[in-house]
Amino acid sequence: MIAELGHLLAFLALATAASQSVLGLTTGGEAVRRLAVATGMFTLLSMLTLVISFVTLDFSVALVARNSHSLKPIIYRIAGAWGNHEGSMLLWCLIMSGYGAAGALFMRGDRLRDRALGVQGLLTTASLVYLLIASSPFIRLDNPPLDGGGMNPLLQDPAVALHPPFLYTGYVGMSFVFSIAAAGLINGKIDREWAGRVRPWALTAWSALTIGITLGAIWAYYELGWGGWWFWDPVENASFMPWLVGAALVHSLILTEKRGSMAAWTVFLAVLAFCLSLLGTFLVRSGVMTSVHAFATDPERGIILLIGLALTGGMALALYAWRAPKLMAGPEFDPVSREGALILNNLFLSVGAALVLVGTVTPMFAQALNISLSIGEPYFQLTFAPMMAVLLLFMPLAQASTWRRTDLAPLLKRFWPAAVLAVVVAIGAVVISGKSAWVIPGVLVGVWVVAGVAMDLAKRVGPGGIGRVFRLPLTVWGMAIAHIGMGLFVIGATTEAAARTERTFPMHQGEQAEMAGWTFRFDGVSSAEGPNYLTTRADITVTHDGRTEVIHPEKRYYPVAGSGTTEAAIRKTPGGDVYVVLGDPIREEPGVWRIRIAHHPLIDWVFGGAGLIAIGGFMALAARLRRRAPATEQQPAIEPSASGEATAAAGAPA
Amino acid sequence: MRKRSQRLWLIGAAVVLVGGAIALASVALKDTVAFFYAPTDLIEKNVIAEGKSVRVGGLVEVGSESHNSEGVLVFRITDNRNTVPVLFDGIPPDLFKEGQGVVAEGKFDAEGRLVAKRVLAKHDENYMPKEVKDALCKKSPASCAGDNYGSAKEPAS
Repeated sequence: MIAELGHLLAFLALATAASQSVLGLTTGGEAVRRLAVATGMFTLLSMLTLVISFVTLDFSVALVARNSHSLKPIIYRIAGAWGNHEGSMLLWCLIMSGYGAAGALFMRGDRLRDRALGVQGLLTTASLVYLLIASSPFIRLDNPPLDGGGMNPLLQDPAVALHPPFLYTGYVGMSFVFSIAAAGLINGKIDREWAGRVRPWALTAWSALTIGITLGAIWAYYELGWGGWWFWDPVENASFMPWLVGAALVHSLILTEKRGSMAAWTVFLAVLAFCLSLLGTFLVRSGVMTSVHAFATDPERGIILLIGLALTGGMALALYAWRAPKLMAGPEFDPVSREGALILNNLFLSVGAALVLVGTVTPMFAQALNISLSIGEPYFQLTFAPMMAVLLLFMPLAQASTWRRTDLAPLLKRFWPAAVLAVVVAIGAVVISGKSAWVIPGVLVGVWVVAGVAMDLAKRVGPGGIGRVFRLPLTVWGMAIAHIGMGLFVIGATTEAAARTERTFPMHQGEQAEMAGWTFRFDGVSSAEGPNYLTTRADITVTHDGRTEVIHPEKRYYPVAGSGTTEAAIRKTPGGDVYVVLGDPIREEPGVWRIRIAHHPLIDWVFGGAGLIAIGGFMALAARLRRRAPATEQQPAIEPSASGEATAAAGAPA
Repeated sequence: MRKRSQRLWLIGAAVVLVGGAIALASVALKDTVAFFYAPTDLIEKNVIAEGKSVRVGGLVEVGSESHNSEGVLVFRITDNRNTVPVLFDGIPPDLFKEGQGVVAEGKFDAEGRLVAKRVLAKHDENYMPKEVKDALCKKSPASCAGDNYGSAKEPAS
């Protein structure tokens, strides 16, 4: 019964979404608002019914039968609802209509809102049609099995259970940014007010995307058992490209909102971010790319997605070509100014995104010519990394720059201590650790950013006590924290890549190995049973600084899925992680196991830095919501009173 | 600053940056692209040369997995016609199994063995690297009947 209810709710959502799009793009008005909220509610309830089917293990639902199992812990039964193609499509629809409902609740009621809800309704309608026709999660089985097929054990993990909701809030969230951009283009008004109204949505989506990508990287790090966290795999790049364009967008929106400049470019980025999300989905789901992470691939879906991408992108570009020439240019400014700095940021980030795009799709085009090639880490290290390094060199200066015109000389003079510190730390890092000189550029840039941003912050606080620290505007904090996060991330990522040590030791019982000042003694393996898996646990006694501890790397086997996972034993130290993996027994020598021991220096800085970037984004969002009412008053609504209902839904929950 | 020169500045900066990026990308693409081969291609096209970087895909030959005296994993990749020996000093991914699809990336040593830096197995039960599937279908059509590579478990030779 519950699955039929969910199916019905999805149909209801389709009906309201379709009416929402028609009314939103034509008459507008209060009805659009109500319809958008209804669409959101119906998809939410529909998702809930699916979650209930998964939690109650209703194996008469085909999707549950395929992807769940009675022995699975409750959290993975819930996560199982979106850990497959059909369920994740429903999640996609939920996030999309959820943004529509949030827009209906929090945006001021006028033509821009109505049309944005209309476009969002159109996108939601298309997604729901696809869901109901091509990938319904509510199909029943005539002969329900007694138990389900289980879930890929690699995905039974807390980080990866939360990964899709955040990732979708990020890149499906870009759909609402897209919708407001399309609405602005239809209205022919891309101005300061428009930028101010897009910004909270762009910040929400981009910050959530940051968290989603970070969760995925953390999962890859500890679950895949090889200790890597980013592989420049097409599936990773698929989410990284919208992130880069989103990062450019949240910066150019500042420029358009504060100065009225670069409006045409900003709206282009707003459109592009969602198109890249669609492209990413196509790459991940269609199976055109060889990827280690690809799941739920199906070429037929790929064609539908490609058509969707072409329609969405094509219509948006046509709209853009029609309106963009008429967009205003904004006031004049000197190249060396905050305007110039933000433009530089945008140039670098979009060129960076283009380099990632080239590296990602070249193999696909080559394949069409029957050439099979792969582009991996070396390409991205040679192209993308230097681009970003140069961008970061400008970061502290950009943060301290002023609108219209900035004197470079005093700025450079002010920041020399940060530069000196960066050089000293970078050289010191190589000398002390004795590791590869490859860490120099990364550490140099990272320290320069962190120190420079901190100096800029200190200057803004000014002399006069710690109390003033709390009087700095929230936007400044958001910016500084995100930028410091970026610096820490770069220091961590380059150090980890250049100074990581790993070795595989064949060990018999009682044998010792050493790495990074730690001693490891292999004390044999034992078998145990988990809730839905069998495990082989190793006992390894580690000694470090006179302290002794027994750690247990495991190899798990999930009988239902017929496959296993490697559970690394990870110990944190101030300098990085010690990472121990139990390999296979060596067949030729009974009792000898392969054990891989690795040291990942500063790995927490990688994830912590990325986390700070997201926190900075959310702080900027909070600041934006708090300032919201006065900000819109200052800018007289240029829209010639499109409709009477100035309901001013300004009271967003700040 | 005048509107005109402002625009010139912008365009100039964009041109320099994009030009730099194109130069960088073309150099990087030339140097870092690794071509994919099935074992038969490696032999027919005479690709095997010391220090050459490649990706090799196929199935892990049944019965080929072992460890040498240093504990390095040794196995052979097969496309059911030819095989190529692979050395891998690491822990293979969880879904690495004899008879399953695999892609190894690395360089050849002097003895024509592939010293893999990375070994990729599928993540998903139903997923098979497309290149591997194509390679197998091309080399021995029998093994890809019904789009199912389960039959490839019987070594052909």
